[in-house]
Amino acid sequence: MTAHESALSRRTFVKGSLAGLAMAGASNAALYGCAPQGQQAATDAAGESAADQIAWSQCNVNCGGNCIFQWHSRDGKIVYMETDNTGDDDLQARACLRGRSMRRWINHPDRLTKPMKRVGKRGEGKFEEISWDEAIDTIADQLKYTIDTYGNEAIYIIYATGMYSCTGKQPGFRLLSLLGGFVNQGYDYSTHMLQAIMPFMYGSAANLDDDGNHVTLGKPATAFSPYDATNASSFSEAERASDLVVMFGNSPAETRMGGANAVWDFAKVREAVQGRGGRIINIDYRLNESASGHPDEWLPIRTGTDAALCSAIAHEWIANGQVDKEFLDAYCVGYDEDTMPESAKGQNKSYKDYIMGTGYDMVEKTPEWAAPITQIPAETIRSLAAEIAAAEAPFICQGWGPQRHTNGEDTTRAICMLPILIGKIGLPGTNTGQREAEPPTYLVGSLPFENPVKTTIPVYQWANAVDHGHEMTATNAGIIGADKLSSDIKFIWNYAGNCLTNQHGDINATHDLLADESKCEFILVWDTVMTDSAKYADILLPDAMRSEQLNMQTQGYSEYYTAVVVGGPAQEPPGECRTSYDVCAEIADRFGMKDAFTEGKTQEEWIRELYEAGAEADGDMPTWDEIRAQGVYKRALEPAIGLEAFRADPENNPLATPSGKIEIYSESLAEIAATWELAEDEVINPIPVFTPGFQGYGSVTEEYPLYCAGFHHKSRTHSSFGFIEELEQVARHQLWMNPLDAEPRGIADGDTVAVKSPAGEVRIEAKVTPRIIPGTIGIPQGAWHNADMDGDRVDTGACVNTLTTYKPTPYAKGNGPAHSIIAQVTKA
Amino acid sequence: MTQYGFFFDSTRCTGCRTCEMACKDYKDLPQTVAYRRVYDYEGGTWTDAGNGIYTSDAFAYHVSLGCQHCTMPACMAKCPQGAISKDADTGLVLIDDEKCTGVGACVETCPYNVPVLDKEKGRGVKCDGCADRVAEGLQPVCVEACPLRALEFGDIEELRAAHPDTVAGIAPMPSPDETTPSIAILPCPAAKEPGDTAGAIANGKEVTGVPAA
Repeated sequence: MTAHESALSRRTFVKGSLAGLAMAGASNAALYGCAPQGQQAATDAAGESAADQIAWSQCNVNCGGNCIFQWHSRDGKIVYMETDNTGDDDLQARACLRGRSMRRWINHPDRLTKPMKRVGKRGEGKFEEISWDEAIDTIADQLKYTIDTYGNEAIYIIYATGMYSCTGKQPGFRLLSLLGGFVNQGYDYSTHMLQAIMPFMYGSAANLDDDGNHVTLGKPATAFSPYDATNASSFSEAERASDLVVMFGNSPAETRMGGANAVWDFAKVREAVQGRGGRIINIDYRLNESASGHPDEWLPIRTGTDAALCSAIAHEWIANGQVDKEFLDAYCVGYDEDTMPESAKGQNKSYKDYIMGTGYDMVEKTPEWAAPITQIPAETIRSLAAEIAAAEAPFICQGWGPQRHTNGEDTTRAICMLPILIGKIGLPGTNTGQREAEPPTYLVGSLPFENPVKTTIPVYQWANAVDHGHEMTATNAGIIGADKLSSDIKFIWNYAGNCLTNQHGDINATHDLLADESKCEFILVWDTVMTDSAKYADILLPDAMRSEQLNMQTQGYSEYYTAVVVGGPAQEPPGECRTSYDVCAEIADRFGMKDAFTEGKTQEEWIRELYEAGAEADGDMPTWDEIRAQGVYKRALEPAIGLEAFRADPENNPLATPSGKIEIYSESLAEIAATWELAEDEVINPIPVFTPGFQGYGSVTEEYPLYCAGFHHKSRTHSSFGFIEELEQVARHQLWMNPLDAEPRGIADGDTVAVKSPAGEVRIEAKVTPRIIPGTIGIPQGAWHNADMDGDRVDTGACVNTLTTYKPTPYAKGNGPAHSIIAQVTKA
Repeated sequence: MTQYGFFFDSTRCTGCRTCEMACKDYKDLPQTVAYRRVYDYEGGTWTDAGNGIYTSDAFAYHVSLGCQHCTMPACMAKCPQGAISKDADTGLVLIDDEKCTGVGACVETCPYNVPVLDKEKGRGVKCDGCADRVAEGLQPVCVEACPLRALEFGDIEELRAAHPDTVAGIAPMPSPDETTPSIAILPCPAAKEPGDTAGAIANGKEVTGVPAA
């Protein structure tokens, strides 16, 4: 419990509230409901001091939502939160349990309040407080040294998402851009595998010219992104017109929890689809919270085997003549011999050859073949195939869990094959097989920057780039924008992120890498509390929370509406916490570049300028003075149908693939598979196949007989909120384990167990539950690593990344091991 | 007298605990005290069908419970101090902080596990239906918080009329005959009757205030 909120203020509050109750008839509800920014909301008719200051803000973490906060502050201190209660109920960005606990974070006694420098070994977590001057001098000196000695390609801003705001992480990007640049982040930890591979199927920006036209076809073409409303349909389209929703590893109730986020859209989808006599099918290794209450929707599957299920469904459709051959011939390349490219003709390399056992592994992908792999009975697979084929408007989608496996590059495409095979793409109520659409409209931008360095590493490769960056090339390490890295990474800039250890992978190996100061020579971390990553800082800076400054942001990327919120501060930052903008301006000053950095503007002036630029472009937004008074502006978006234009007129709206069509067989990938340097156990497939992947299906051993996957848990957004006691109290960190696996091990619900993988060991409480398929265990990702790294390294915080092995995937070089783990569990 | 109460749509509830945490924030409750709790109710078995294939009838659902503001509150009947009363206008069951001496009879007798003994205050505490907010014409903070719009509050008879097919209890709640709770629940497909033995509360530590590490 927080120590700083006195009992006195609590009593005053109750007294004031009761006084309000007595005067019920005279009070004005609107003062609470939508009090303008800065207005005093007087609740105390008896004249006692109980007036709330209202400040608007949004959640700053990375669940994809930016839920709206309506802070109530008293005497300069936040006392509680109301969320978005403005306008239409249906369009309220209501904060989830974590957002409603943000006060516990902001006012937590563990807040970092002073700049610090490391005094112990790196990673040991020993620091000494220093002045801002010393911190900034040290950072400037280290930047100069790094650039002079190794060049700008030795600087890397590590992937980090703890501070969504238009002036959160951007000041660092802007500063380092002005100083000559830094190595860019390619892909991200959320969609690493699909973001890399899907462009080969649905289109790549590399095939577009500067005007957005297809380089050879000369027509406006669309490139793939997981973050748009072009390559996927919105949930609101499923609500409008679908009669069957099929979800692979997609649980908005756990990953999109806010009130304007996909979980609410999905609730409306279920009610509309069921109202039309349709059904939801939720394919997952857990009975997830999106299916809780509706267990008949759950189709349990072994983790990492979705592509085997899809292959068997494809087999049924082909065997029964249910594929849409006309669509496949007109819109696709490589379904069968008829549309194979010249380079691959006559070699049995089509998708149909793979499925029917006449090509590749020469195995027919029957339901009987898939059953022991997926643990799904063959007759269930047959009835599922029939049910999807019978649907008028199937909405087939996948979350980002299926691709976050070591076989993710194949799995994400294999799921897309379902709507493709039956031609249910680009039509009302259907989807492209990807995750539900993200909003096409964002009302304001963020602090601008332009990085002169074009070299990019897949984000999961940063640790390899620290270790041996100078050896990494485009064809052995997936380097983008350059043939090779010119330097190892020597300077890491980590703002509001926990991907140094906790959220990266293989914490034990990463610890050893970072502890070696001859490799990465300087690590700068900014955060609000001592995360596991922060322990590796050489200089550790205390950041102001978003709600402690004037802040602005749009709706979240996963919230299908559009909005902007401007507000704050709800209270002053504690101690010597500062905004990143002000600190970066001061670092710039050490280089004589302060004016170039600020352009003479304060953070507040930048926000106003960004707002007004957005308002001018949009035309419907309130004026600056109006938004300052009302805090929130929002409006609904129309449903979107993924690849609708392509479906309607493929000649004039091609995809940005080399052929302009959906490339089921990708000649480009075949070329890459033939030319890249791959390890013996790595394979890149030109068509979507089922391949087990590293520590995937079939890799369990006597020592590690269980499959293990991470999943998103309600008590945290990744690792954000992972230290909030009140959240842990209502949603405990537990290992999910089926009774059939627990009983032979003598494990009962609530026992503390040891989980060992080839990479490490954790201790965690067991939840013995029928909600998980036998043979697989699940560990909620994001828990805070807690181990004696000079001792036994047993992680009592039970971070799943203590168990993951660092092995980037074959093409994306991504974080597939996040959900591909083999393990053993014993009673501790 | 109008009897106020809650409507709970269990077909929508995802067990997210936002209602509970919004309440804890608004009421400024310590870690182990909650006025609203979310129960995870789970059951079912798995059958090995051979060749690595399995079938299951597993189920899970959630029940979010504040105070039921019962027509015949057991807590009120058993309080030796007479500290618990029903508000004459709203029917909300309220604990009088001045009269309560913290003997805990309400904690013992409530069949819904609602009142708790706040050790710091030395008083019984519980959901008051956000009486202060309601008096101002606002909704209880949990109702406005629910991302799934699964909670409503108001005249319980109006809520029952607005939502046909509601019941006054699903497992793990006891039979409504005991205290006539002012609650209307829309059962989800998985919901079991009060007294069910096919399932069990799966998050016992969370709903009984066992401190998390």
